[in-house]
Amino acid sequence: MNLQRIRMAPPRYWLVGVVVLFLIGFPTVISSFLASEWAQALILAIAIMGLNILVGYSGQLSLGHGAFMALGAYISAILAHHYKVDYLLTIPIAGLATGLVGFLFGIPALRLSPLYLALATFALAVVTPSLIKRPAGLTGGVQGIGVVQPDPPGAVSNIFSTITGTAMTSDQWIYYVSLFCALVLFWVAWNIVRHRPGRAMRAIRDGEVAAAASGVNVRGFKTLAFGLSAFYGGVAGSLYGLSTGFVSPDTFPVSLSIQLLVGAVVGGLASIPGPLAGAIFAYFLPIESSQWVPNQSWIPAQIAATVKNAGPAVSYGVILIVIMIFAPNGLVGLARSGYSLLNRRLRGATDRETGQMPPDPQTV
Amino acid sequence: MQEFLQQLVGGLAIGGIFASLALALVLIYNAMGLVNFAQGEMAMLATFVAYALVSQGMSYWIAFPVTLVLAFAGGIGVQRLVIKPVERAPILTLVIITLGLATLVNGLAGFIWGYVPRSFPSPFSSDSVDLVGVFVSYRDLGVIAVSGIVLLAVYLLLQRTTVGLTLRAAAHHPEASRLLGVHVSWMLALGWGLASAVGAVSGIMVAPILLLEPNMMQSIIIYAFAAAVLGGIESPPGAVVGGLIVGVTINLAGAYLPFVGGDLQLAVGLAIIIGVLILKPNGLFGRAAVRRV
Repeated sequence: MNLQRIRMAPPRYWLVGVVVLFLIGFPTVISSFLASEWAQALILAIAIMGLNILVGYSGQLSLGHGAFMALGAYISAILAHHYKVDYLLTIPIAGLATGLVGFLFGIPALRLSPLYLALATFALAVVTPSLIKRPAGLTGGVQGIGVVQPDPPGAVSNIFSTITGTAMTSDQWIYYVSLFCALVLFWVAWNIVRHRPGRAMRAIRDGEVAAAASGVNVRGFKTLAFGLSAFYGGVAGSLYGLSTGFVSPDTFPVSLSIQLLVGAVVGGLASIPGPLAGAIFAYFLPIESSQWVPNQSWIPAQIAATVKNAGPAVSYGVILIVIMIFAPNGLVGLARSGYSLLNRRLRGATDRETGQMPPDPQTV
Repeated sequence: MQEFLQQLVGGLAIGGIFASLALALVLIYNAMGLVNFAQGEMAMLATFVAYALVSQGMSYWIAFPVTLVLAFAGGIGVQRLVIKPVERAPILTLVIITLGLATLVNGLAGFIWGYVPRSFPSPFSSDSVDLVGVFVSYRDLGVIAVSGIVLLAVYLLLQRTTVGLTLRAAAHHPEASRLLGVHVSWMLALGWGLASAVGAVSGIMVAPILLLEPNMMQSIIIYAFAAAVLGGIESPPGAVVGGLIVGVTINLAGAYLPFVGGDLQLAVGLAIIIGVLILKPNGLFGRAAVRRV
């Protein structure tokens, strides 16, 4: 029996292909407004992937990832507004600059226990809006900075209009920009976590002393995880400013950091598809709970009204607690264990005839 | 000089409020090595309960202890319902759960009472009294007195009663305590209840100053974090001293440092947290952490 192949089960490429094709084709059949909502979900997915690298793989808890998003968004907005740089060009600049800041932030973070790190990053997230307001000349103070949404380039627009018959809006163009960034960054993350850096980070997460004893550069990989994660946050923040059309201190409240954490936890920590699933969930839950639920006739009116009024905060809180208690590996973990249970049932039946034991379930 | 002293007394009053919340954080940290991110929101909810009682016509000085009892019961309920199932889970899980709890409680208060700030009664008049040349408001004096009484009561409970001894034993040596017949899990619940009640005092004291609304404690919890970290997160006296220092520091910084002003006081709290964690992670009264490899 080839145990190696079972343990390192290959990713299901056909599933990846289906999801990617779906995301590429989706905007041709939905409205421009819906496309802009999905663009924001993808942007959240990028930030959550960054958080996932930090929390899920390297085991350092950050509760202030909204602050990195804010930094990336403001770098882009300031470059585009004050220095007239093309906004799309500012996206990688914002990512790299934020990544550098994250890397530097990771150095003092090395000295902190996980609990203290959570505390410090949470405080950072709470203070961020008031820190942004202060240099009003640069950041526009409370009003923030407007971001001009770019028109789609001619070639792309032509292809789009021959397929759908309507002209491409800038919202749809921003969707494709976000999708492109998300695909590249998910591919990069996938490559990082299944190679040397990913193994090192997981070793550190599961036992810092053991990792150090095995020759893993603990300090190096922990700060690398911080830098990478901030890079993702910076790119996401920059795209976020582009898709909302402005950046202001109130675009980045503490609840954004909580939303990122909810997405990471619900999707499943330390997994590659997790952040995408978590982002879609965390983004659409508050929207749907205030729009879709109240209009459903089969849900009792009282419950629907309660869901609408209690808003996302209550459902976020309940979901965080319930998921952490009952399904700490999130949606992806649930799907995986469901799949392997099914597999074992099916295989267990045939194995009874041959007398072989079914293989170990896949370990994460 | 006189203005300086007035700012100092104001800082001590607000510091007493931070100290109560910081003490609540320390109690839970000592019980299970966890910082409760929901502590501020739980205090906010208790304050809303007090508000509801007072607006039903109950006298302030009856509503106050009734609220503390309810907060105590609520804290025990939260521990039994939410924390107990994951008592042995990694710290990451616990922190995320308390954050979920914070979000939940915040949303719940917003759902029941809305987000419009309400004025909360204070039993102390805002008149000032002349104390050897320094004008101090009765409200500040009252807050200092109430905080002092609560902190003293907690100290006496922990150090001078059998319950306090059992609580401390269960927190420091759970295995040995269990062998000696202490119901450790219930002691943890008792710790949560106690923390919840002590935290509620800070909410009730701060509400007349800040106006009552669901996000009221969001900045106070940061100062309480700063106070707990500064004092050494496992030390109850440290939380008190830390709270007073943080209160005085932000008051003086807001008054005398032009670039801080009113809107960057919170950033001073953040600076204290990060500064202490980097320069002296054990705080003023904490012991150096010994890690078993």
